[in-house]
Amino acid sequence: MSSIILSTTIRLLLPLLLLFSVFLLLRGHNEPGGGFVGGLVAAAAISLYALAEGVAAAHRILIVNPRQLIASGLLVALSSGVIPLMTGRPFQSGLWLPYSLPVLGHVGTPLLFDLGVYLLVAGMALLIVLSLMEEE
Amino acid sequence: MLLAVLCGFVAALFAPLGFRRFPLWAGRLAPLLPLGLFLFFLSHIGPVSRGEPVVVTTPWIPSLGIDFALYLDGLGMLFALLVTGIGFLIFLYTPAYLGGDRRQGTLFAWLFAFMAAMLGTTLAGNLITLFVFWELTGLCSYLLIGFDHEAENSRSAALQALLVTGGGGLALLAGFLLLGGVVGSMELPVLLASGDLVRNHPLYLPILLLLLGGAFTKSAQFPFHFWLPNAMAAPTPISAYLHSATMVKLGIYLLARFSPVLAGTELWLALVAGAGGLTMLLGGILAVLEHDLKRILAWSTVSALGILTLLFGIGTPAAITAAILLLLTHALYKSSLFLVAGALDHGAGSRDTRQLGGLAKQMPWLAAAAILAALAMAGLPPLFGFITKESIYAALLVSPWEPLLLTGLMLAANALMVTVAVITGLGPFLGKGAPSLAPPHPLPLTLWLAPLLPAGLGLLLGLIPGFVAPLLLDPAIAVVQAAPASIVLSLWHGINSELLLSVATLILGLLIVLSRRRLLTLLPASWQEGGFTQDGGYVLLLRALLRGARLQTIVVQNGRLRYYLMATIGVAMGSMGLTFMESGGLPGSLAWPSGYLHEWLAAGIIVAGALTVTVTDSRLGAVVALGTVGYGVSLVYILYGAPDLAMTQFCIETLAIVLFVLVLYRLPLFTLLSTPVVRLRDACMAAAIGGLMTLLMLYVLAQPLVPHVSDFFLANSQPLAHGRNVVNVILVDFRALDTLGEIVVLAVAALGVFGLMQSRRPDGEGK
Repeated sequence: MSSIILSTTIRLLLPLLLLFSVFLLLRGHNEPGGGFVGGLVAAAAISLYALAEGVAAAHRILIVNPRQLIASGLLVALSSGVIPLMTGRPFQSGLWLPYSLPVLGHVGTPLLFDLGVYLLVAGMALLIVLSLMEEE
Repeated sequence: MLLAVLCGFVAALFAPLGFRRFPLWAGRLAPLLPLGLFLFFLSHIGPVSRGEPVVVTTPWIPSLGIDFALYLDGLGMLFALLVTGIGFLIFLYTPAYLGGDRRQGTLFAWLFAFMAAMLGTTLAGNLITLFVFWELTGLCSYLLIGFDHEAENSRSAALQALLVTGGGGLALLAGFLLLGGVVGSMELPVLLASGDLVRNHPLYLPILLLLLGGAFTKSAQFPFHFWLPNAMAAPTPISAYLHSATMVKLGIYLLARFSPVLAGTELWLALVAGAGGLTMLLGGILAVLEHDLKRILAWSTVSALGILTLLFGIGTPAAITAAILLLLTHALYKSSLFLVAGALDHGAGSRDTRQLGGLAKQMPWLAAAAILAALAMAGLPPLFGFITKESIYAALLVSPWEPLLLTGLMLAANALMVTVAVITGLGPFLGKGAPSLAPPHPLPLTLWLAPLLPAGLGLLLGLIPGFVAPLLLDPAIAVVQAAPASIVLSLWHGINSELLLSVATLILGLLIVLSRRRLLTLLPASWQEGGFTQDGGYVLLLRALLRGARLQTIVVQNGRLRYYLMATIGVAMGSMGLTFMESGGLPGSLAWPSGYLHEWLAAGIIVAGALTVTVTDSRLGAVVALGTVGYGVSLVYILYGAPDLAMTQFCIETLAIVLFVLVLYRLPLFTLLSTPVVRLRDACMAAAIGGLMTLLMLYVLAQPLVPHVSDFFLANSQPLAHGRNVVNVILVDFRALDTLGEIVVLAVAALGVFGLMQSRRPDGEGK
């Protein structure tokens, strides 16, 4: 499936889509968006790249294995729940930094949780798509 | 005391490492724990014997009102001393018996855990604690019977013991819950004081049956007697500890413990005394027919457990006294005989009574232990066993129910005991051994010391019986009969009917010994070799269960996706439809919905897409049509103000189409495999679920909106969770635990897909 139009477009689109997925993740708390849809957009971007350039190339730009993405996503989501435990609050209480950071804005454990969801969803979608593509 | 009960579990954790690093020292140190515990419990004997139980309560699951309660009274004390005392002997004996086996550490870990579980069961102060430890003993027993796990018969014996006692455990749990419900408390002191309430309650029958189910399986009473001889697959010290002296007595403990609550009815007498009497005779007869030392002892243990059950079933003060005496005597002589059997196996290399003989010269101390234990078993003066047997006869002669019949049966059972005592205790050491047997090698100190100690104690108690009665026996008897007790024990009562019965027992037993060879030849040839199992019913039941499971798997897990889907949809439809009917159907009339043109357009796209999927001939067409349905739904989301959902739906649809294409790319073209009837059925199914869902939606919409949940979220999203996007705040904050569960499911599903893909690869290597 080599198409010059697809591969040219994807080179332009890939960074944009990935950036967009992070943007969705970060704005999710206040505007439409969130970790789930952000992860899906990221997975779609990489899948598109894999369609254009092949699975091996997709693995190259991904650097880590999708399974590691899933595992780290679970770990991050879980840690966001465990951090409040250490301060003596119930599991998964929202903790927030008292001041805003540049770019990221207001930061707290729910954002960390969303990041975990993002990683896990992206990893899951990619794991399935890439291993199906490898079959060909 | 909490620490005393639980330290065994801690020791179990360190045992494997300890035995691997320092096998010699670990073996020397291990007996110190039960010895220390024995002395610890002994130090409490003063207040306990004065009738003041030691009670320890620690909150365990406060939210359910369950405490971890320990309750050390006279009965508990007797058992605690037996468990730790015999435990000391076993721990002393085992290292030499195993002779540096690599898995010694594992065996000791389980033994430590078992000891702790036994202490927990017998000292439990409420039903929940009792049940938890009860099951732990069964689990340890399973692991210990199956210790030699490479042998098939060990594994099946372990499984059998686990299934039988585990099934009894379930009955026990149900009985405990009923009992706790009737009394309104799970605490032992409260329960012990509510005997009349329980006996007159309509639930008395189920409670009794369930508790007896637990007790009879654990203590190998008929018809559950078959598992105990098979459990002899365990190493001999284990058999001595678990399957003669302690664990199998737990059922007896249960009978004794709950005598004040449950005993005294006709039903109790019939069930408990009946099962006990039957088991007593059956065990005695089978014991005499066996040739393997351990199996003989196992069946005689079954018989002794039967006597104990019979005595608790009769339940008069005299019977209870006799039962408590027998409990102590039996633990002493039977553990001694088992350890002797193990030492013979170790030293002379055989357990066959037809081969062993004349070993008294080579193993004098072992012979002394065996003979003392055998005399106690046969009930000869001046041993404690004699006093026990006298009191058993005394109890039966004044039994309120069929005294003559019971005495006669007991005479037979005790005569068989005498025979077993001669075969196992005297036979191997007197007379002549088989010439085929190699000369025995000398025994290490612990192998003869461990059996000699309890046998010697039996002699000591017989000589000075007055010493142990007020300290140990009276308090235990008092607990069981729920009234103070003061017994007088002595060897000589004058010439009375008990003494005459003892003499008759002895003569009858010796007659059986002398004529046994000749009697055996009269039996069918298949009985000559012994090895009776009596587990035909169990085997049949297990086989039927497995066959049933296989049939059910063939029906339910038939591997056809279509049927799985139909089952899922059918169940969902059934339950939804039923709820729908219950709620009274659709209220009122429905207005024809008004809508803008673009809303109708979105609906039209969905309908057209769905119709296309069902009629198209092309796979790709079907996929695209399905995608159209999805995009149409997202369109509806946008129109009704749910941009989050719409965005997610768009992404999902896109990825789903990519996935579909990747999969379908490899499939052959559509072919028509189904018959019109099948297609009609599928269409009906689809129409039914679709129609039902539509009705359900209409019904939900017709209900008045309950606003408080969404109002709460809307009002608190910003102040509590610092987010304006309520949907996302619900996902990552208010309902974050749900989301966590969902992403775990996603991760597992992804791994499942990955696993399926990998299994199709010839090299099986993932990237």
